[in-house]
Amino acid sequence: MKRSTVGLLFALPALLVIGVFFFVPVLIALCLSVTDFDIYALADLSNLRWVGLRNYTELLSTPLFWRALGNTLYFTLLGVPLSIATSVGAALLVNARAARFKGVFRTALFAPVVTTVVAVAIIWRYLLHTRYGLVNYGLGRLGISPIDWLGDPHWAMPAIVLFSVWKNFGYNMVIVLAALQQVPEDLYEAASLDGASAVQQFRHVTLPALAPTLLFVSILTMAGYFQLFAEPYVMTQGGPAQSTLSVLYLLYEEGFKWWNLGRASAVAFVLFLMMFAVTLVQLRLGREAVS
Amino acid sequence: MGQLLRLGLVLLLAVLGGCGRDSGRSELRFWAMGRESEVLAELIPEFERLHPGVVVKIEQLPWTAAHEKLLTAVAGDSTPDLCQLGNTWIPELAALKALAPLDARIAASAVVRPDDYFPGIWATNVIGGATYGIPWYVDTRLLFYRKDLLAQAGFASVPGTWAGWERALAAITARGAGRRFGVLLPLNEYEPLLAFALQQRTGLLKDDLTRGNFDSPEFERTLGFYAGMFAHGYAPPVTNSQIANVWTEFGRGYFAFYISGPWNIGEFRRRLPPALAGQWETAPLPGPDGPGASIAGGASLAVFRRSRHAALAWQLVEYLSRPEVQVRFHALTGDLPGRRAAWAAAGIAGDSHTAAFRDQLERVRPTPPVPEWEQIVTEMRILAEHVVRGEMSVHDGALELNRRADRMLAKRRSLVAEGVRL
Repeated sequence: MKRSTVGLLFALPALLVIGVFFFVPVLIALCLSVTDFDIYALADLSNLRWVGLRNYTELLSTPLFWRALGNTLYFTLLGVPLSIATSVGAALLVNARAARFKGVFRTALFAPVVTTVVAVAIIWRYLLHTRYGLVNYGLGRLGISPIDWLGDPHWAMPAIVLFSVWKNFGYNMVIVLAALQQVPEDLYEAASLDGASAVQQFRHVTLPALAPTLLFVSILTMAGYFQLFAEPYVMTQGGPAQSTLSVLYLLYEEGFKWWNLGRASAVAFVLFLMMFAVTLVQLRLGREAVS
Repeated sequence: MGQLLRLGLVLLLAVLGGCGRDSGRSELRFWAMGRESEVLAELIPEFERLHPGVVVKIEQLPWTAAHEKLLTAVAGDSTPDLCQLGNTWIPELAALKALAPLDARIAASAVVRPDDYFPGIWATNVIGGATYGIPWYVDTRLLFYRKDLLAQAGFASVPGTWAGWERALAAITARGAGRRFGVLLPLNEYEPLLAFALQQRTGLLKDDLTRGNFDSPEFERTLGFYAGMFAHGYAPPVTNSQIANVWTEFGRGYFAFYISGPWNIGEFRRRLPPALAGQWETAPLPGPDGPGASIAGGASLAVFRRSRHAALAWQLVEYLSRPEVQVRFHALTGDLPGRRAAWAAAGIAGDSHTAAFRDQLERVRPTPPVPEWEQIVTEMRILAEHVVRGEMSVHDGALELNRRADRMLAKRRSLVAEGVRL
């Protein structure tokens, strides 16, 4: 047997699994997205119509879709930088020479990642409660009047961002921490011999060393944040006044609540194309920055 | 490998043996939800005793997942023999042609007598002239209120009209000096607005249920009445998740009226402080000009079209519909029975909290029987929230709701125009 055949044989099981469980469903979804598959079609397939691109054009002319897209972008633009900054900050603190009980802190900061969203969301709902919540109690001590976190359309998304960042930063922190430990100590020694301050060391030694990791982390985080769903699902059900309705939430409602599978598939493809485009841009920018 | 093969053979024999043993008896698969599914375990043995050779297998579904599970079962041809169905789901499952029409069986039945049921509730089971379910237990929404707060505001009883009720709310809110509201209408619930909308004389959909009727002056008046309660400050513009605990807040007097269903009678008894025990009451919903209608809610028992034991499944439906079984069911769950005979036998309406429900149940109305209804009513809630928050006028909100309803009904309209039987 030729080497390439052997290689192919080894890869075959994985390819088959990917084909059956990924490419075939994606293809079916693509077909669905150009039909009006709904509850009537489920009852009787003769009620299924070919609608061409109507699902897409209707979607793009629905204010709710743009609202969901706006909410998702708002969440991503606010959440991703905040999340990465928090991760880097936490990683630097845990990695600092002066830090004691590193293991304890690492575990404690990572803990939110492995807890279930539903359970911690309930606790966060109490923390964010307008009249009895700890957050508003703390703000009150600072002289800030209570904020209706989950009930005010202007504050609900920031509250969700806060919750998501808290829930997710530990994951990136661990990755950044690993990258930090790879930075050769002698670079810092050389820098301090040259008289670089701590800030300058961070700017000219730490950041360049972290750049590839940060690119990787930012792509993953963005992909995750674009798929915002669980947090609004358990905290606000997309409300108040649809201010936390994300694109994926819209897809869920169309597909699994109303059984409009045609339209839901169209939402899925639009979301996919957008994430693909943003990732390409990120890669391009990232490569330039790294090189 | 040899061991695996042997294990496989053993399993295969076990499965075959199992089939062989079961072939002499019939198994009924019964899907039920929530508390009712647990209680069934106490009612079924008697049915199995009356029908030797029949085994009823109860499969419990959580309410939150039941709807998706039912639709998936229909899509995958794995529906059970019979099921407990929230009666708002019946139009959807009937549209999917998943349910068996029961009219012939009802006509021949000595147990199920349609005139013993509340007419509004029964109507939720009738789609396009065929009956697809038998009401099992019923619910509706009405007023829970603080007698003491109402009396302090100078009202001896709950006014029966919108205008009278608004006056009472105004008086309570004014006395509360900013710390008390007349009524709690959570913005994430559509039921209060829906109940008021069902009171109007014209239907919520028109043209053979293919178009919205939300641009009618009647609906606009209802939406204006609802939004007015927030605009006047009688109701706080909050969602349920902002009220950490409804019972605590009711006990503290944060609001005097609350629109809810029969399950809350038990909750109020259990959760309110003892000092308030005699201070709360229930009352039928006020209407535009006299006692008004409310939502016909509850759950029905339905037999699936693909059931291979449909006759037997119907016998189980009949058994659970017997007045004496309904009385036991009520004792076990607190659910309000679907039959008037069971109400009379158990003396349920003797208690003042439940009496209001008995009264209201004679004035309940079904929602339009189309599968799109749930989606339309969700839009109604969303637009009402926009109106309440001042982002839209009442008039624009009603028109926009009508536009959206028309769009959701587009497919239905085209199918009806083509003469497809739905």
